Amino acid sequence: MEFTINGSTRTFDVDIRTSLLDLLREHAGLPGTKKGCNQGACGACTVLVDGERINSCLALAVQYQGRAITTIEGVGTQDALADIQAAFVEHDGFQCGYCTPGQICSAIGMAAEAKRGLPSHVTQDLAADSVTLDDDELRERMSGNLCRCGAYNGIVAAVRQVFVEEVA
Amino acid sequence: MLTFEYTRADSAAAAIDLVEREAEAKFLGGGTNLVDLMRETIERPRALVDVTGLSAAIEVQEDGGVLIGAAATNTALAEDRHIREHYPMLARAILAGASAQIRNMATVGGNLLQRTRCYYFYDDAAHCNKRRAGSGCDAVDGFNRIHAILGASEQCVATHPSDMCVALAALDAMVHIEGKDGTRQVPVADFHTLPGDTPQVETVLAPGELITAIALPANPATGQTYRKVRDRASYAFALVSVAASVRVEDGSIADVRIALGGVAHKPWRATKAEAALRGKAPSEDAFRAAARAELADARPLRDNGFKIGLAERTIVAVLQELTA
Repeated sequence: MEFTINGSTRTFDVDIRTSLLDLLREHAGLPGTKKGCNQGACGACTVLVDGERINSCLALAVQYQGRAITTIEGVGTQDALADIQAAFVEHDGFQCGYCTPGQICSAIGMAAEAKRGLPSHVTQDLAADSVTLDDDELRERMSGNLCRCGAYNGIVAAVRQVFVEEVA
Repeated sequence: MLTFEYTRADSAAAAIDLVEREAEAKFLGGGTNLVDLMRETIERPRALVDVTGLSAAIEVQEDGGVLIGAAATNTALAEDRHIREHYPMLARAILAGASAQIRNMATVGGNLLQRTRCYYFYDDAAHCNKRRAGSGCDAVDGFNRIHAILGASEQCVATHPSDMCVALAALDAMVHIEGKDGTRQVPVADFHTLPGDTPQVETVLAPGELITAIALPANPATGQTYRKVRDRASYAFALVSVAASVRVEDGSIADVRIALGGVAHKPWRATKAEAALRGKAPSEDAFRAAARAELADARPLRDNGFKIGLAERTIVAVLQELTA
């Protein structure tokens, strides 16, 4: 199976049952993506596929051959944090940090969705061309990522700081 | 998870042929439900035929209706400008379901075929007639707060979890089906079945038949919406949901469509409530009487009696909103 992961073409010989999550963690040497519930309920495993966020635990790797996968390791490095990573640090957007890679990948996908005008459950005017990302919108759009430490206020502050002006 | 053969189909005919050839084969859409059930060995296909490469087009037809390829993702359908403007209850229903990540993966065809979220269906140690025919139902006398109040049987009280299908039922959408013997169309409202004595049967699909598209009729009502009531504000299945449209002419209701989610083994088209409302002047009393007509047959279990009142209040609130 061949994938482009964080910009590099990688080939793997794995069991057909391997999830994209396990492929990344166990075979690609990229344990930044986290296994939380492993059943699509928590969002810790969120990665970007061709720029769109998905739950990698519910994805059979075989179904995503040839696609471009971005994990937290492709977002930034310890020496060169992406703006959204620095904002999570600045606003205490985590306590234990286990959900953070998923939160950050999800936020990047969320910003792209909002930028192209995708409405959400709380959007009043479905026909509007653009989205105004107020905190209700941010909370709704990030609801697929749970944080058991309850760092939600910091998460919203970090996402707002980096992405809200960019969208508007 | 049991191992399986994997094939990616490049046409509907090839997909149907592949599923026909392999014993215990299943079509694979976004996998958001099937992969989870396979991991729990509740689903045990020996072959998966990936149909996500088939038509995902969302196209306005000559008659003004819309044809939606079954491989369209939930996000793509909710994002489509024509759908948002002319079928807002459908966009709202999809956006009320699951999470953004799951909507990006899940297909329209797969949404129709998702399995119930009954706890006992997911627990291999529990009795479930849906999982093992004739083994009994632990939900009937168990924790059944999320279960059905309409159309259930002693064999099964599970609900269908989809939001999208509730809107499709209210919109009179048609399911386009292809099999080895040709094509056919079935109204969404008739596509899912009630449990009766065969709760393991959930749709009218014959083995090997594939959903290729959903067709929306032209000229939908202008006043329409979808309201979902759940335990938390986002990312939860419906306790009760209502998809509805109302058209008032000269002070009386000329056309009304109501479908309920979270209350039955299928998206529940509220035909009794609709009949009670046609020709009536819109009023809270009329709405309440119509809701009560629909819910007269509702049967509460130990924990879900609240759903009857909740469904009544939600129907009334939605109809008031649409006629305000």
